Amino acid sequence: MRFAIPVFPGSNCDKDCLHVLKDVLGQDAFFVFHKEKMLPATDAVVLPGGFSYGDYLRSGAIARFSPIMDDVIRFAEKGGIVIGICNGFQIMLEAGLLPGAMRPNTCGHFICHDVFLRVENGDTMFTCNAGKGAILQMPVAHADGNYYAPPEMLKEIEDNGQVLFRYCDIDGNVTDAVNPNGTANNIAGIMNRQGNCFGMMPHPERASECILGGDQGRVLFESLIKSFGGRTPVCGCRG
Amino acid sequence: MQGVNQMNQQLLDFARAGGLNDEEIAKILGFIGRDPTIAEMAAFSAMWNEHVSYKSSRKYLKTFPTRGPRVLVGPGENAGVVDVGDGWAISFKMESHNHPSYIEPFQGAATGVGGILRDIFTMGARPIANMDSLRFGSLSHPRTRYLVDGVVAGISYYGNCMGVPTVGGELTFDPTYDGNCLVNVFTLGVVRADGVFYGKAAGVGNPVIYMGAATGRDGIHGASMASAAFDENAAEKRPTVQVGDAFTEKVVLECTLELMKSGLVLGIQDMGAAGLTCSTFEMADRAKMGMKVDLSKVPQRAANMTPQEILLSESQERMLLVCERGNEEGVLEICRKWDIPGAVIGEVTDTRRMEMWFGGEKVVDLPINLLTDEAPLYDRPWAQPPDLRERCLVPTFKIGDDLKAEFLDLIDDPAFRSKAPVFKKYDHMVQVRTVVRPGDGDAAVMRLLEAPSNRGVAMTSDGNSPACWLNPYNGAFNIVAEACLNLACVGSRAIALTDCLNFGNPERPEVMWEFKETVAGLSEACIAFDTPVTGGNVSLYNETAGESIQPTPVVGVVGLVEDVAHTAGSFFMNQGEAIVLLGDEHFQFDASLYLRRKVGKPAGRVIKADAKRHLALCELIVSGIEQGIVTTAHDIGEGGLLWAVAESVAGHGIGATLDNIGHEAVDLFGEAPSMAFVTVKEVDIPCLTLAAEKAGVSAIRIGTTGGPALSVKGLFDIPVADVIAATTKSL
Repeated sequence: MRFAIPVFPGSNCDKDCLHVLKDVLGQDAFFVFHKEKMLPATDAVVLPGGFSYGDYLRSGAIARFSPIMDDVIRFAEKGGIVIGICNGFQIMLEAGLLPGAMRPNTCGHFICHDVFLRVENGDTMFTCNAGKGAILQMPVAHADGNYYAPPEMLKEIEDNGQVLFRYCDIDGNVTDAVNPNGTANNIAGIMNRQGNCFGMMPHPERASECILGGDQGRVLFESLIKSFGGRTPVCGCRG
Repeated sequence: MQGVNQMNQQLLDFARAGGLNDEEIAKILGFIGRDPTIAEMAAFSAMWNEHVSYKSSRKYLKTFPTRGPRVLVGPGENAGVVDVGDGWAISFKMESHNHPSYIEPFQGAATGVGGILRDIFTMGARPIANMDSLRFGSLSHPRTRYLVDGVVAGISYYGNCMGVPTVGGELTFDPTYDGNCLVNVFTLGVVRADGVFYGKAAGVGNPVIYMGAATGRDGIHGASMASAAFDENAAEKRPTVQVGDAFTEKVVLECTLELMKSGLVLGIQDMGAAGLTCSTFEMADRAKMGMKVDLSKVPQRAANMTPQEILLSESQERMLLVCERGNEEGVLEICRKWDIPGAVIGEVTDTRRMEMWFGGEKVVDLPINLLTDEAPLYDRPWAQPPDLRERCLVPTFKIGDDLKAEFLDLIDDPAFRSKAPVFKKYDHMVQVRTVVRPGDGDAAVMRLLEAPSNRGVAMTSDGNSPACWLNPYNGAFNIVAEACLNLACVGSRAIALTDCLNFGNPERPEVMWEFKETVAGLSEACIAFDTPVTGGNVSLYNETAGESIQPTPVVGVVGLVEDVAHTAGSFFMNQGEAIVLLGDEHFQFDASLYLRRKVGKPAGRVIKADAKRHLALCELIVSGIEQGIVTTAHDIGEGGLLWAVAESVAGHGIGATLDNIGHEAVDLFGEAPSMAFVTVKEVDIPCLTLAAEKAGVSAIRIGTTGGPALSVKGLFDIPVADVIAATTKSL
């Protein structure tokens, strides 16, 4: 499966995504500089984490106007798969590819630590290998992860099964105590109504190899690749 | 003073404000035989200050062992480079940003991180990890909280935005830093062994190109500020602190690495302390060349800047590079791609003179060596502090009868508290390399994704000012020993070292004596542990209102991990494993934290580690980890044996029963270098014992992991929850 990874000035998880998709999962992945106007032929776009344009103004607010984004939006409108991780998620919200907005963490500072996520909808191409109710451990690393949507929009997102992940404890309980950033309904990741655009604040690419302390983030990429009819190598550390 | 009295008053005031003393001004007049221009005086003040010229410390720094089979680049360049095999190398260095951080903690710390990152990517290396050694005044001092919050936020902002993980460091509190906090930043990068760049301006006629953020008025005289003691008006120096923009630096990093990859760059240097002055003079000097520069062509962000302001500005995120004539358009093209200002500002000459113009007028015309080789070199008087003997005397103190209460009091020290709340504000996982995360082991371990092997690097930073105050020679020796042991406890062998020497006012003979002794102690240690010094930094004048800090050398030591699949952390992982004490030094109260808390100051003798026994211990631990039998390893440092075990308990909440240790207070709270413990499965005990025998290291089983408490059999139990509560108490 082919993955295009746009690189904005200030992107800093671009190489991590490339490494996981290419070296760990054996897919075809490549960078696209933000000044390009056209995406090369690709099956999916991964908007990486980082601090695009220094997160000045608002996270993702400037990157949304980078030349490449017009074609990313066109690609998404035609049903192309677009994934946003962390800053990529923020850019997708700013670009209108996903509903809602992101606010600064209620704690007022950057947070970086492992969290647990409960899969809320196992019937998507991003979560099918995990299944509903699965609990996945992976890190967050952000200052603006406090997801917000107006009440009617939030209800619509919930009712449509667009919430893919919620922050939970190790046993899967969704509580305020484990909400790391104040996000509405403990939401960690959502998709659009059509199911081809997906964004999340936690970093699955940082949890795709056991050597880094866990590989439960891989299942997202594996789900997508499988849904697309591709294959992934068996994880070495799982034996 | 000869000539100085006849000098134009405005020029004289300018020179003095720039930190030059009258003797140095007279020396300048003697050299050039005329009154310098203001711009020339600016250049002298920038190049001759302590921070750039190392005029008080150079004499001693020359004595460091700097060579070794792995050393590709030693001191003198922007950072050292060490070969790690497979065609790859690492570049690393430690720098201080003490004075700026005290005046303006957020920007001071942020630009400290920015500066050391530039030093690393200037060498052609991609930075892969940061560490920060932070020392603040006592927690009860009114300014401490403000400084800690600002410094941590500044590091978090800059490192996170750069996408360079901050993987550890130190955070300590001591009244000696009430008026001078220490912010030492340590960065490590990866570079192809044959892809190292140097700060040389080679080739007559080659263009000199400015690249990076435009120059403003921030940080003017920053290096001079960093070379002076503080008085009660320190806050007035705030405008001398630079303002950082991590986003720009991230783009400059990518632009620089792309320029290097393009093959167009011949030499490169970042603009750090003393800005454009230092980078132009040093690049020309290293190549034994001259340079012509038109200061009017320097991209500027403030209106009507004078040539001396352009020369002294310490605006951040700027680089100077030289390329082959004819390639300048290619260089500028890459700058445009990244939207980074770039401009040809001059060319390399063979005159060995620096000639600078501004608006058509020649404002600088000086032989370059006057500002580099001929910079003042002081052999400052030194004298042993008169109270040194007294420092080492141990006043009488009372050990409480209830050892449990004594221990609970000891671990109430802020040093016992987990630094996790701080580490969690730093992105410590970006770049998907962090194998041992900050706080999880005695050092951090990063995998080298570039190398074909499974090799990794371990990093640690260590300092111990109380010990260095009691005995700077032995104290300095022991911090290298401790760093090597920390590296061993994650499964790595130390290969090289960088240092940050934080001292008080060198014009005080006792401070100079402490410095001299420290350098001698470090040198002996670096030979003994085979860790050549590849670069570092000296920070003097850490003095406020006449009070110098205790001598605080800090070392950053890197180690090699042969296979990142075999590392160890310092927290107990499993129930029912044997805890084995390694080493047979005698624990004692001398120079211990326990004693310090009892008598309110450091006291006692500092016993120097025995290098041979220490290395044997390190090697035993590393081989145990490599064989996969050692599941936890932790050195016994500040606080003693029980403190160290309690740290291992607190991590994952796995208790321990110690049934084979002495029951005297000194057995529990005393300290010694070259002591550590490991855990192994029952079945692996014979294997470890045999290896220990062969290595000549004493190995005694002292207990077993597991259970609901930290239990010293026959003495007392402390519930695991209470141990955890002590670590999680807020700082």
